[in-house]
Amino acid sequence: MANPNGIGAPVRRREDARFLTGRGTYTDDINRPGQTHAVFVRSPYAHARITGIDATEAMQAPGVVAVLTGADMETDKVGSLPCGWQIHSKDGSPMKEPPHFPIARDRARYVGDAVAVVIAETREQAKDAAELVMVNYEELPAAVTSLKALEGGAPLVHDDVGGNLCFDWHLGDAAAVDAAFSQAAHVAKIDLINQRLIPNAMEPRAALGEYDRATGEHTLTTTSQNPHVIRLLMGAFVLGIPEHKLRVVAPDVGGGFGSKIFHYGEEAVVTWAAKKIGRPVKWTAERSESFLTDAHGRDHVSHAELAMDRDGNFLALRVSTVANMGAYLSTFAPSIPTYLYATLLAGQYKTPAIYAEVKAVFTNTVPVDAYRGAGRPEACYLIERLVEVAAAETGIDKTELRRRNFVPASAMPYQTPVALQYDTGDFAKNLDIALPLVDYDGFAARKAESARRGKLRGIGFATYIEACGIAPSNVAGALGARAGLYESAEVRFHPTGSVTVFTGSHSHGQGHETTFAQLVSERFGVPIENVEIVHGDTSKIPFGMGTYGSRSLAVGGSAIVKAMDKVERKAKKIAAHMLEAAEADIEAKDGRFVVAGTDKALTIGDIALQAYVPHNFPLDELEPGLDEQAFYDPKNFTYPNGCHVCEVEIDPDTGVVQVVSFAAVDDFGRVINPLIVEGQVHGGLVQGIGQALYENCVYDEESGQLITGSYMDYCMPRADDVPSFTVRYHEDQPCTHNPLGVKGCGEAGTIGASAAVMNAVVHALSEYGVTHLDMPATPERVWQAIRRHTPAQAAE
Amino acid sequence: MYAFTYHRPKSVADAVSLLGQFEDPKLLGGGQTLLPTLKQRLARPSDLIDLGQIPELQGIREEAGGLTVGAFTRHAEVAHSDVVKRVIPALASLAEGIGDRQVRNMGTLGGSICNADPSADYPAAVVALKATVRTDRREIAGDDFFTGMFETALEPGEIVTAVHFQKPDKAAYAKFRNPASRYAIVGVFVAVFGSEVRVAVTGAGPSVFRADDMETALSQDFRADALNGASVSAAGLNADIHASADYRAHLVRVMARRAVEACG
Ligand SMILES: Cc1cc2nc3c(=O)[nH]c(=O)nc-3n(C[C@H](O)[C@H](O)[C@H](O)COP(=O)(O)OP(=O)(O)OC[C@H]3O[C@@H](n4cnc5c(N)ncnc54)[C@H](O)[C@@H]3O)c2cc1C
Repeated sequence: MANPNGIGAPVRRREDARFLTGRGTYTDDINRPGQTHAVFVRSPYAHARITGIDATEAMQAPGVVAVLTGADMETDKVGSLPCGWQIHSKDGSPMKEPPHFPIARDRARYVGDAVAVVIAETREQAKDAAELVMVNYEELPAAVTSLKALEGGAPLVHDDVGGNLCFDWHLGDAAAVDAAFSQAAHVAKIDLINQRLIPNAMEPRAALGEYDRATGEHTLTTTSQNPHVIRLLMGAFVLGIPEHKLRVVAPDVGGGFGSKIFHYGEEAVVTWAAKKIGRPVKWTAERSESFLTDAHGRDHVSHAELAMDRDGNFLALRVSTVANMGAYLSTFAPSIPTYLYATLLAGQYKTPAIYAEVKAVFTNTVPVDAYRGAGRPEACYLIERLVEVAAAETGIDKTELRRRNFVPASAMPYQTPVALQYDTGDFAKNLDIALPLVDYDGFAARKAESARRGKLRGIGFATYIEACGIAPSNVAGALGARAGLYESAEVRFHPTGSVTVFTGSHSHGQGHETTFAQLVSERFGVPIENVEIVHGDTSKIPFGMGTYGSRSLAVGGSAIVKAMDKVERKAKKIAAHMLEAAEADIEAKDGRFVVAGTDKALTIGDIALQAYVPHNFPLDELEPGLDEQAFYDPKNFTYPNGCHVCEVEIDPDTGVVQVVSFAAVDDFGRVINPLIVEGQVHGGLVQGIGQALYENCVYDEESGQLITGSYMDYCMPRADDVPSFTVRYHEDQPCTHNPLGVKGCGEAGTIGASAAVMNAVVHALSEYGVTHLDMPATPERVWQAIRRHTPAQAAE
Repeated sequence: MYAFTYHRPKSVADAVSLLGQFEDPKLLGGGQTLLPTLKQRLARPSDLIDLGQIPELQGIREEAGGLTVGAFTRHAEVAHSDVVKRVIPALASLAEGIGDRQVRNMGTLGGSICNADPSADYPAAVVALKATVRTDRREIAGDDFFTGMFETALEPGEIVTAVHFQKPDKAAYAKFRNPASRYAIVGVFVAVFGSEVRVAVTGAGPSVFRADDMETALSQDFRADALNGASVSAAGLNADIHASADYRAHLVRVMARRAVEACG
């Protein structure tokens, strides 16, 4: 009998009733007796020396409790926000890691850099007083774009980081690549920009600090994707609070997309200030503050070349990228344009030689770090744009060129020239499913029909592979991670047979409360209502690494499985004792424990009860209780992959691009909840389409002011901008190294979509001779491209 | 937001007298521009005088063959009004294209034209439909009302009470919207009154303007192709991250063509 709430069932998200009816508990919903409110005074300049701060008037304003500055934090020996990953340059030198204080001390380095905090009885009072804090700034010239920051004579963001160069890193075999290029029959080239994005989680960041004088315990409630990581970083490196005296809680969190992985200064400030003033301190970002201070994403400028033989076989790939780090190194910033980017440059292709160089640059802009996909969308976009250029130049059909170069399923496991080993994947199969789905053969007829209406039409493909299930700790450690990347779980059966699962993963929109419960329901036959998933509180859950990099099911889910294995082993022992049978004879299936070959059986509920009422246990051999903990460290990354196909129609009169169809065929390994997977894919696709057509973070290149500082100028994709998606997946290439066979699905949509859309846009414009367009393909950019390539209009 | 005192007068006369009593009062329409400005602490009025409870400022009625729309009429009311759809359908469709549903349910005609945002839609209708703006003290011709970017012919403390739009023989509004804000990057309102053709352009310049060349061309030959020779110069047009002046100039022609085609 199939379990209606087991693996593979499209169980509706249990958490949604709470979220959709406004009953979630987010950080800002929590209020404590005696709570005060913090408002930050932020630099209006991209780069300025702070020559003095006068808080006299602010301190006298109504309701003000304290005005604190970087100097106060220095007196209290508050440390710098640490970076969790160390990269070494080509020459072996470690990356430049200038200090990043929660409140700037003598220099502000981006518009929005905190220079003081005002704490008052109410938020409005704190805001009023913040305007009275007199900061003397001596404005300095700013280095705003990565390319300009690298130029000789550019203003230095940090005086001791020459040339603003954080690191100059490389990966791959340069000599092999050079040799292959010298043999090439054809070389395709591309210059492209992967523009900067602002994450825009629905819930703005917030933090609430508390200190209990009686116990000496600090509590930070915060909008985080990984509370234990925050506890470790903030406790050990910034505030010097031992972990047993620091509790970090991330309650309901409304979206992260990576931007809530990092340890932010505001978290340290409220925790520190709560002890200093002896009252709880709450800070909640306003939307404008989110635009200015949430870590941004992407921001790469790249050049790439692909060498091919006469038949279009890829011989080698050479990539050089400049990545903008912003003003300081955010928690995982250095790993994004390196180990999450260059290692993915093989894509789905058997390119034998690859060499990538990455320069990371400091600029007077907010830090840049992981944003949904994190490095992998940048890699996919680069490869897939380049492959389409290669197809256009060689005249080989773009699907055929891809097919010719795919790593065949028979070659799995496959070692790429850029450090990864793919375990499974059947890339040709993804394409085979996609082609009829999008009626590739009928494209010419559809194009003709569009032309009759005066419209241009294009079809674009993107095949992607990503490294998810982050990460094997030994590999991550060898590559510079300063942490392990396992996950934890505890499965606790209660005496009456219900279950609480404590997971180190953190759900901020992903639906873990449903998916994880399905795992337990499947394994032990427990009704899903009797399974509770607990996450997000360091005082409840074992040390866990949190949620990002599509890791929760692959790593966190595997930890749950491992803990369930332990529960099952223990339950077998108890069953053997109760049924007076040998342990080896007990068979466990769907929550029933049967003596092999007999009708003697117990349910997991019977066993749980006995476990807690051990009246006649042989205590030397059998401990009471049914509560097991496990840590799972993956053996490899997982490799979700797929084929995305987008069709667009363009109005040549205005340049408006409309996505008319989008199909995504994905291999996520085994699918636990198809409904949630589809939701994740839809959201990801919209985000990828958003990058391709709408979103663009623009700073003024001279002043460093954020021009797209609100939704009036920063264009988010909306429901009426996207078509109804066609989403398919197949499950016959399960991951080989985790117990569930799962690969992860959280970022896939975002990774494939931007490239597919842009390939379609360029294809539609190819009749004008357009070969490339940078994102976002705004109406004006498209119109200008058409105009540049239309002799009559260009002359006008 | 800074603290202010809130007032809710029941008549225009009361509103006028309140305006005279305070140091730095401000009228509140639908609040779609004013409230964000206050929230960002970019303005600090001492008093807010809400026009929402004044019956004289409400309602849509047919008058002298045209339409009179009260200043406090919400965009959604105009968009859904049977009278508007019958008398000047182009005005209803303009209102339906403003911002998003939330904005249309709050924003008002009076607030829109008094704010005189260069990318607002209504100014194009006011000019193209030979409207008259009525205030607590006088009538102002639509052609004279908009004097510059965020500037109008209103005197300090003057309250717009209604706008009278003339009924054209035919009319249409074509808008190219900003994908982020959904304001007009370019909006062109074309209206035909007998042998007179009016082409009012919003979004493109600092303030709404009439495209003379286009009007001349269309009054001789009311077909989209008649616009082939006519163009709007990019000089002096707005430019921002969404659209350069050149692109706006081009869009004016495209939107004008579309409006003419939509006139049927
Ligand atoms: C997200 C968003 C999208 C928008 N998109 C569009 C769009 O696509 N097209 C468009 O045209 N507009 C757009 N708007 C503007 C909106 O439709 C309103 O018209 C505009 O914000 C002002 O109208 P209001 O009634 O809200 O006025 P308020 O914001 O209340 O007031 C605006 C100004 O007018 C003054 N005022 C108000 N009423 C009167 C009166 N009767 N007499 C004298 N002075 C008065 C006020 O004192 C204030 O200075 C958008 C707004 C937002 C927030």
